[in-house]
Amino acid sequence: MHRVVITGQGTINALGASVPVTLDAFKNGRCGIGPLDIRDVDRLSIQIGGQVRDYDPNAEFNRQQIALYDRYTQFSLIAAKEAIEQSGLSFSGSLAAESGVVLGTAGGGMNTQDENYRAVYEEGKNRVHPFVVPKLMNNAAASHVSMQYNLKGPSFTVATACASSNHAMGQAFHMVRSGMSRVMITGGSESMLCFGGVKAWEGLRVMSKDACRPFSANRNGMVQGEGAAIFVFEELEHARARGAEILAEVVGFAMSSDAGDIVMPSKQGASRAIEGAIRDAKIAKTDVGYINAHGTGTAANDKTECAAVADVFGAHADRLMMSSTKSMHGHVIGGTGAIELLACIMALKDGIVAPTINYEEPDPECALDVVPNEARETKVDVALSNAFAFGGLNAVLALKAI
Amino acid sequence: MTTDVKTKVVEIIAEQAVLEPGDVTMDQSLEDLGIDSLGLVESIFAIEEAFDITVPFNANDPTEGDFDISSVAAIVKAVERLVAEQKA
Repeated sequence: MHRVVITGQGTINALGASVPVTLDAFKNGRCGIGPLDIRDVDRLSIQIGGQVRDYDPNAEFNRQQIALYDRYTQFSLIAAKEAIEQSGLSFSGSLAAESGVVLGTAGGGMNTQDENYRAVYEEGKNRVHPFVVPKLMNNAAASHVSMQYNLKGPSFTVATACASSNHAMGQAFHMVRSGMSRVMITGGSESMLCFGGVKAWEGLRVMSKDACRPFSANRNGMVQGEGAAIFVFEELEHARARGAEILAEVVGFAMSSDAGDIVMPSKQGASRAIEGAIRDAKIAKTDVGYINAHGTGTAANDKTECAAVADVFGAHADRLMMSSTKSMHGHVIGGTGAIELLACIMALKDGIVAPTINYEEPDPECALDVVPNEARETKVDVALSNAFAFGGLNAVLALKAI
Repeated sequence: MTTDVKTKVVEIIAEQAVLEPGDVTMDQSLEDLGIDSLGLVESIFAIEEAFDITVPFNANDPTEGDFDISSVAAIVKAVERLVAEQKA
């Protein structure tokens, strides 16, 4: 068993186009959610989202690249560049041969699908661009990251809806811990903020029309976001030997399946994943100082998640902090766990816990310290990141300060 | 209650509950009929499609949209009101 550390992190999301800008937003409780600027927004009943703004793909990529890169792939490549540059790694020889890319996404190239369905169905066109398939496929982002950085090891995409990136990072963690790879690039990306993407979510009647207010008694649903976060997971001795800056250690991971309902969450399923991650990390429950919640802002998730945490931690549940940064960047679906891991690393490394903003009224069914509205300076030794997907698929990561 | 709206709403609810329309009574709640939250969302979609109306309903707060779902009779009444308002 090898120890696994994080030596690079990168992101682009509604809060900003880099890690420093995103962390600044976390520290100041800044909200990235606002009116959606997408085609046919007037035909949507949900018109807000955590959209990446002031973004010009032409400033980042050339024409040939844009022909192949869906927006979710573009986000992945931007985040990967920041992460890999920070790590200082370059990949050649045996390191390249064993290093791979495991990313999470739920919808893959949703914008490409939306645009091209529109072209053939609505506009009656009988021809689409030749690269539609390689652009929309769910593994496009992982493949382009591998091509860009010469990563020739095990690479694939994990799709478990809202837990996709936590499942992906769990796989990367296992690969480095087992000795299969010394370095893995991992995280997730999503870009579903297009007419068809939002319209589909509207149908479920779980979206808020005004704000994401996790754990607040007046919460009225989730708000969708978009973006990516990518990390460099590296074997500890490899990182030390080259003098790399270590951001945090990944110490545990667990998965569970509710085997219950396709959309309603289960307290038992969530509890088993949280318990499993703590057991895998070989830490005491009382070591956990912060949990980045799944915290979607729906009635069902937030009370179930709080009940699961109360069950697992007992009296310690009242002493730990649990916040949902979805209140700021929105629910980034298959990429959300990756963006939220940034808040866990910030808590461990900088001693600042990101708040749950838009918190207005206490809910007796969510009676934990949800770090309402303002970030908090405090030392955190161990942080957990929860993700509980539709389909009842749960994945929890445990990180430790180093 | 207009017969048309009542008949159609009962048909939709009966289909969701896997019952004959004759077995659905006005005083029953959706819970009595064994319809869960997903079944409710599906029923509301079917009602919107059948009457070409928009039902204000958020699963996070079923009371928020002023659409009373406490019994079959309440739903029929709420649909009648929406049809009258939105078709006016």
